[in-house]
Amino acid sequence: MAAKTVLNYLPRKSVIHELTGTTKLAFFLLFTFASMITYNTWVLLGLMAVSFAAFKMSHIQFREVRFMMVFMLVFLLLNNLFIFLFDPNQGTALYGTRHVLCHLFWRYDVTAEQLFYMLNISLKYFVALPVAIFFISATNPSEFAASLNSIGISYKVGYSVAIALRYIPDIQRDYHNISQAQQARGVELGKSEPFFARLKNSVSILLPLILTSLNRIDTISNAMELRGFGKNKKRTWYTRRPFARNDWVAIGLGMVLLLISLTVTIRFGRFYNPFV
Amino acid sequence: MADVKTPIISFRNFSFQYRAQKQPTLHDINLDIYPGERVLIAGPSGSGKSTLAGCVNGLNPFANAGECTGTLTVDGVDAPDSSIFELSRHVGTVLQDPDGQFIGLTVGEDIAFALENDCVPQKEMHQTTRRAAELVGVETHLDYAPHELSGGQKQRVSLAGVMVDQVNILLFDEPLANLDPATGKQAIELIDEIQQKTDTTVLIIEHRLEDVLWRNVDRIVLMNDGRILADLRPDELLSGSLLAENGIREPLYLTAMRYAGIAITPEKHPAHVDTVVLDEADTRRLRTWFRASKPCRHDPATAPLLEVRGLNFGYTKGQNTLRDISFSIGRGEMVSIVGRNGAGKSTLSKLICGFETPDSGRILLEGKDLSGENIRRRAQHIGYVMQNPNQMISKTMIFDEVALGLRGSGLSEAEIRARVEDTLKICGLHPFRNWPISALSFGQKKRVTIASVLVQGPELILLDEPTAGQDFKHYTEIMEFLRGLNAEGVTVVMITHDMHLMLEYTPRALVFCDGQLIADRSAAAVLCDPALIERAALKETSLYTLANRCGIAPAEDFVQRFIDEDREVRTHGC
Repeated sequence: MAAKTVLNYLPRKSVIHELTGTTKLAFFLLFTFASMITYNTWVLLGLMAVSFAAFKMSHIQFREVRFMMVFMLVFLLLNNLFIFLFDPNQGTALYGTRHVLCHLFWRYDVTAEQLFYMLNISLKYFVALPVAIFFISATNPSEFAASLNSIGISYKVGYSVAIALRYIPDIQRDYHNISQAQQARGVELGKSEPFFARLKNSVSILLPLILTSLNRIDTISNAMELRGFGKNKKRTWYTRRPFARNDWVAIGLGMVLLLISLTVTIRFGRFYNPFV
Repeated sequence: MADVKTPIISFRNFSFQYRAQKQPTLHDINLDIYPGERVLIAGPSGSGKSTLAGCVNGLNPFANAGECTGTLTVDGVDAPDSSIFELSRHVGTVLQDPDGQFIGLTVGEDIAFALENDCVPQKEMHQTTRRAAELVGVETHLDYAPHELSGGQKQRVSLAGVMVDQVNILLFDEPLANLDPATGKQAIELIDEIQQKTDTTVLIIEHRLEDVLWRNVDRIVLMNDGRILADLRPDELLSGSLLAENGIREPLYLTAMRYAGIAITPEKHPAHVDTVVLDEADTRRLRTWFRASKPCRHDPATAPLLEVRGLNFGYTKGQNTLRDISFSIGRGEMVSIVGRNGAGKSTLSKLICGFETPDSGRILLEGKDLSGENIRRRAQHIGYVMQNPNQMISKTMIFDEVALGLRGSGLSEAEIRARVEDTLKICGLHPFRNWPISALSFGQKKRVTIASVLVQGPELILLDEPTAGQDFKHYTEIMEFLRGLNAEGVTVVMITHDMHLMLEYTPRALVFCDGQLIADRSAAAVLCDPALIERAALKETSLYTLANRCGIAPAEDFVQRFIDEDREVRTHGC
């Protein structure tokens, strides 16, 4: 049964997949930092181009991660809305000019500065999102654990995260089965049922799902302990691969991007100002 | 010979009490197991056999807190005073659930898990992993993900995963519980083969005696109520009556021989159906018994209740999970659906319940096409019971659980109460109606889930593996309950791997293989057809072998004769 998954590892043959987990983690951190420190539109556009190109190189299809994308877009819209509601003059304060495009009500004017500021914020999302998605979707969870371990995080934490990621499809499948069985005994959960009845009744899936998941956890933790998990402070990794040329290239690229972003920020300030 | 050696596992006046329990689970255990022995630990559910195993591998008391008294030495280690890690160097444990214990993302990674934790350098790790994989025959699958493997292959991987440590003791906790019959048979063969190759000591915890005895074991330790009742060679234990008295089913061929009036003695070597000694007199007895009464023919010529016509289905385009399925089930029938994992059995039940929509073909209930009906509307005619009751139960009280499906159906509270109480009475749960579900046994929980489906008043109930993992007592309890319902007029369809269930309770069986319905005949006939058994990964019944050895034909009638007599004996007592 093909379970539709929210966010999981999508094995593929691609340049991105072949990079080691540590490289991807390092690149992800360097890249996110580079995009975080600047609001410079040109730098952000440049970073976005790199980000989209990398996503393309990972051979992950847009539709496979659609759910996450849509989720983030909704979040982005909300974020923009609230920025506007809380301080519609943030842009004016930052750029030092005020070009009113239209008046809404009370203190709410739509200004070109505010729109430009929010455009920059949105750009940041588009810079970071593809990299974050391919970092998770193109990294084998075990390598993911190994990569966290390689930057000094305890392997137990890394492995817990990896196991959790791995179990998402299983838990989704459980959810699906339980939901169907509940409908088959007359509980209103189907698409044709009223929304509130569905919402109320979805609680009836929760308890069995939690119990089943706890059972799973119990079994797997017994199995892991019986095979020596947690015995030593360190462990080795079956899947860890040596650094190849491309790994150095990727990390180099991440550093260069961060350097550019830093240089631009220090020399020209955090904001690119088209209004003066 | 054995007694000159020192035991590899030695229990001395050993007791164990879980912290959460008021009473000890194991009482005063004295048991010695010698290097290279193969020992089967048998006992009904709750007999303490799994607790005993847990003490050997260190899960008790290190993962499940509890108190040990007496001594337990495992491969020279004082078990209660060591650690789960220390013990894991000596004891390799293969757990019951081949899915749940799969830790790695690929076969190779899973096998290497213990090595990773031991900080073995990568190069050496890859070599050891490959060697272990070769030992169990999965070396060509090292890059496979768990969902690409069959249940039997997963079990092989688990076994390889504990073999990398070069343990001296292998412990199998109910290795047959989740496997189809043919794979179960192969699992026993594999255990036997590994034991011979590596000369390890093997402990098998199981209640399915006949299946384990497919290959030799040296001793059987019978447990009940936390004590050891017998520690005998298989031939000796099978000759006595201890098994039956403690809720363990003896092999069917032995029961048949007893019915025929043959005394079972250790000299007959009753451990295997192929080698049990049958002299002239015994054969004559069996033949006389066979002819003593005609098997009553079950003739289910009732009006069709459920009809499936030309059903085709695939989860993705171009893939055919089910191909051209047609059959009909009569009102009041009891039918089993069998076949290996992935043959399409569960998919069929999903289509019947409306969880999935067929690509083509029709499903009719009493002549009416079901295609327009949603899941909830079908539920009033067809009840679906999942394998694991814990996946169905969502309320804390029995009454509420059974009433759940009726809420929102427009019935008044009084009507709901009346219907729930009626259903609880039918299911024998009425005295418990105000109990919390957590206080019930597995079998009782199963009943609650069946009640919660029955309350809708369906004409047909569809059960997925109703007795999986249950010992003989609980199995009988659940199946007799279903038979009672069937006698009341409810049509029962069961998906099962249990050959005994199919033989004893369902006159008719539908056999699936690779998405096709390959046979639709009596259960006895299915289990007497070697070609069909092979194709559908079933296991022939030992009764068939017995009939052949005595030259009784048709074997199918012999099997039927046995089932009839067995039913007679079990309903009216011996």
